Amino acid sequence: MATAFRQPSRRQFVVAVLLAILGFGVVTQMRSYEVNDTYAGYGQQALIDVLNGLAGTTQRAETELARLEETRSRLQSDTSAEQAATEQARTEIDTLEILAGVVPVSGPGIRITITEVTGQVDIDSLLDTVQEMRTAFAEAMQMNGQVRIVASTSFEDGVGGIYVDGTLLEPPYVIDVIGDPATLNGGMVFPEGPSEQLKNDGAAVVVEELQSLDIEAVTSPKRTEFAEPGGTP
Amino acid sequence: MIAALGLLVGILLGLVFQPDVPLSLEPYLPIAVVAALDAVFGGLRAYLDGIFDDKVFVVSFLSNVFIAASIVYLGDQLGVGGQLTTGVIVVLGIRIFSNVAAIRRHLFHA
Repeated sequence: MATAFRQPSRRQFVVAVLLAILGFGVVTQMRSYEVNDTYAGYGQQALIDVLNGLAGTTQRAETELARLEETRSRLQSDTSAEQAATEQARTEIDTLEILAGVVPVSGPGIRITITEVTGQVDIDSLLDTVQEMRTAFAEAMQMNGQVRIVASTSFEDGVGGIYVDGTLLEPPYVIDVIGDPATLNGGMVFPEGPSEQLKNDGAAVVVEELQSLDIEAVTSPKRTEFAEPGGTP
Repeated sequence: MIAALGLLVGILLGLVFQPDVPLSLEPYLPIAVVAALDAVFGGLRAYLDGIFDDKVFVVSFLSNVFIAASIVYLGDQLGVGGQLTTGVIVVLGIRIFSNVAAIRRHLFHA
């Protein structure tokens, strides 16, 4: 071996040169294969096959895309329908809450102040007043700023006043009513109406039409014992 | 020893220069490399057999490369380049395997 290094024979030299060419070629090929695109080494037929495969894939992807778009539009319309339903339900809830008297409300209306002057106000007169207000499309009522008057509100005679829903209210009675002020006022003052009736009891009645009125008193919804929702609305 | 040195020098040259393969030669270079590998293993086997001859080696190396490239070129012209390339690779691979088997028998006696 040592002699081979000192005096390289012709054959060793030739082999070395050829092997150098081989190494060069191998490295070059590896490098170009790495650099090149995946399809560079493909023949015509292989490329056509790849292209066909791609076309099929594209078609499948487009079908999938169309299907997904359809699903999306269906979901979108579902969502908007649901939103409309939610909106409607919310409006209904607002209305029902006002009617049930569980939320404070504000709006135009009238304030009826009943002051006892010469005699005690009869409970029937008060009930008639409330009833007339309901007839005149009252949307919310409260008495003395303490009791909300709703569908189930009860009136009872008490000592020195009346019990409204179990709360003793003493004169002067102040009834706040939200609704159209003119209509409500008309409901008070017609001949032999509540105003006259109350005056006959010996009370002074003052009706103010207000552009804005706050009803703060609320009632808590009671669980019904006997009535159950039934039938189809 | 000098032969191994030559191989190393060739690899280093390839790494240093990083040459671009001309587009027209691109299909032939891998085939040429495999054909050259075949010639090298054949030469190694002959060396171990004690019948190595540098002239034979040079001729077989060059002719292997040339014939392999020619076959692929012909295949490309005929429109069966891919298939012929595969065929050439298969044949050369078989030859390389048989040469390596002979070398293995020399080295390990097994």
